[in-house]
Amino acid sequence: MSDTSDPNPPPLEIHDLTVSYHKKPVLWGVDLEVPAGKLIGIVGPNGAGKSTLIKAAMGLMPLNSGWVKVFGEPVKKNLRRVGYVPQRESVDWDFPVSVMDVVLMGRYGRLGLMRRPTREDKDKARECLEKVKLLPYANRQISNLSGGQQQRVFLARALAQESDLYFMDEPFAGVDAATEASIIELLHELKEMGKTLMVVHHDLPTARSYFDMLLMLNMRVVAFGETSKVFTNELLQKTYGGRLTILSEVADAVRQAPSV
Amino acid sequence: MYERVSKLLELGGPAGIHLSVHGTMSFCRQNRGWTWRRILPLTAILYLLSVFPAEAARIGDLSETSFWGQATRFFTFQDPAVRYALLGSMLLGISCGLLGGFIVVRKMALFGDALSHAVLPGVAFGFLWNMSKDPVAIFVGATVAGLLGTGAVHLIRSTTRLKEDTALGLVLASFFAVGICLVTMIQRLPAGNKSGIDKFMFGQAAAIGSGDVKLMAVVTALALVVIVLFYKEFLVTSFDPQFARVSGFPVQVIHYSLMLLLAFAVVTALQAVGVVLVSAMLIIPAAAAYLLTDRMDRMLMLSAAFGLFAGAVGSFFSFLGNNLPTGPCMVLGATFVFLGAFLFGPQHGVACRWWKQRSRSGRVRRENTLKAVFHVMEQREFTDEKVSLLELAEHRRETLEEATEQCAALVANGLATLSEPGELVFLTPEGWARACEIVRNHRLWELYLTNEANIAADHVHEDAEKIEHVLGEEVVRQLERRLEFARKDPHGKAIPGLADISRGTGFHTREDLVGYGKPL
Repeated sequence: MSDTSDPNPPPLEIHDLTVSYHKKPVLWGVDLEVPAGKLIGIVGPNGAGKSTLIKAAMGLMPLNSGWVKVFGEPVKKNLRRVGYVPQRESVDWDFPVSVMDVVLMGRYGRLGLMRRPTREDKDKARECLEKVKLLPYANRQISNLSGGQQQRVFLARALAQESDLYFMDEPFAGVDAATEASIIELLHELKEMGKTLMVVHHDLPTARSYFDMLLMLNMRVVAFGETSKVFTNELLQKTYGGRLTILSEVADAVRQAPSV
Repeated sequence: MYERVSKLLELGGPAGIHLSVHGTMSFCRQNRGWTWRRILPLTAILYLLSVFPAEAARIGDLSETSFWGQATRFFTFQDPAVRYALLGSMLLGISCGLLGGFIVVRKMALFGDALSHAVLPGVAFGFLWNMSKDPVAIFVGATVAGLLGTGAVHLIRSTTRLKEDTALGLVLASFFAVGICLVTMIQRLPAGNKSGIDKFMFGQAAAIGSGDVKLMAVVTALALVVIVLFYKEFLVTSFDPQFARVSGFPVQVIHYSLMLLLAFAVVTALQAVGVVLVSAMLIIPAAAAYLLTDRMDRMLMLSAAFGLFAGAVGSFFSFLGNNLPTGPCMVLGATFVFLGAFLFGPQHGVACRWWKQRSRSGRVRRENTLKAVFHVMEQREFTDEKVSLLELAEHRRETLEEATEQCAALVANGLATLSEPGELVFLTPEGWARACEIVRNHRLWELYLTNEANIAADHVHEDAEKIEHVLGEEVVRQLERRLEFARKDPHGKAIPGLADISRGTGFHTREDLVGYGKPL
């Protein structure tokens, strides 16, 4: 694998990544090469290291070994091209900021130190808010929103980042069906624009219809490929081990829709 | 010479405050109008006080006893003995208020407390450096001690299983213990007992000298400039540090710069507020501001203004009370502001919530009375517009006095009128409309529960009793459509429609009454 000469480096390349949390390994020996322009779901049981993987990929966690490259460069050098939707519980929603303030934070990375958001940044933020249908709520303090709306605020902030590679940590957690549908539509739109999206997802039955590719994770990569190829009983069993309840649920999903 | 200096300071005092207030504002351009409205009166008052030709200008006139005389003497900057005290207190209020805003939203209040206690040994070493209260030596010593304390917390947290709160408590207490021992030893030294180092415990604004004020001015200006320039960075790292890191900001560097500024602010404030209470000047003004606004920039400005107020008021009462410890006075001033915000804040204030609750329950009571009037009229098939108080009381199974009181509430709100002897109730058009609406809400809801939610007809009344007061117009219309404009509720009673509401009292038979209310 050449480092600099590749004219089209993959959006994300991970080599032999091992990460521990409190001296307990969470991920080990992860190798991954993600193709561009795909909507990728990351699935796996609780504690499989789904969130850890995307955090490690963005350089938010110390690595025990291995490296991460984003568009052929170490992630630190290419952060401008990385967008992030964290889990909703990761921030304090009582924080004294408005919806607009939060979305503008998506522009901060491009602005760099000391420079203030300009008119254009504000226009861009409004545009992103409009895309997630939250423009009327722009001036609200963020705790006055429903769970689904809060999730969309984070999504709008990520859109404002105008990145090429997105990491999203459970963007569908705690949102209603209608919001989920509009979010997935938005994700497809981003994909059509050539962006690569890696989405941590909890719900297996929907994972099958939502994503082009699935990354099945259980402390290591169990399978990574086209959804139609990897969404099999055998691989799911491998990923989820002996967790029978989930498995039976999934077996039902496989039986009900034999071909996608 | 003496007069010249005092003149200079007289000019510099209020002007300096003007400048700093202006600086606070400039980082919040979109809220300029709001800011001016809040800050202008404060500046104006200070300015008026400073130019007021007070007779209290007689310097050192200790026979001055009236409160206002004392106040003028204190706030006009005309008395050099208190000039530094006031100026220093205000400056420390601003810097502590500003930085405190970030401490509160970052949930680091305990950290501020630990930091302020940890600086005491540094103060003692600073004093021992050349056996005098040299502001710079004490500043350096205290800052170093504060940073050592911070480092110790970090070390304990990262190398053991202990969590941050335990580490903070541990460092706070042990550093403070060392400090107390050192300070006591210094006071026993021959040069020590007049040193005023004991004032560092509870604070004494009167002990602030020109050197202290200069240092405070530098620190306050630094805090202002840094926060204005890096507002965006402080905001994003406080709200979502992981996102800030992905955006490429040096989160750790920003965090430690804030800690350093905090240490500076705490250390310069020590002389006036004292080690024990200085963290309160970080927390209380910011907490009050947090209760009053939903925006960070406004919160910082309010917090700085509250800090300034608490500082000024605290040092004044300390002066008034014959040099009471300043720290407690300032903290009481800040607490006073906090109590105001806690009780009377427009959004989260206890008093306002209580008031809203009260007016809501008043409205519910009135609506129930209207409903009772409607029911009585309904029993007579709307042949009569008037309802007597006695009937009403009987219907509601209440005493005549209670019915009278409820009807008085209706009259006071323009929903009904009472006949001259006060025994008959007539609904006004508004009262009639509201009564119809409530009954309509109630019966529609009952029908909805029985039809759509399959709840037995005898179970729905209690629920409808509550829901009827909160249903909005839009929901009611929706219910009507869902129920296909049903005319009868589950108990067989007529549901008033929109036409009934607008028609006025007596909707079934009024038209049939010959000549009633019609021109001949």
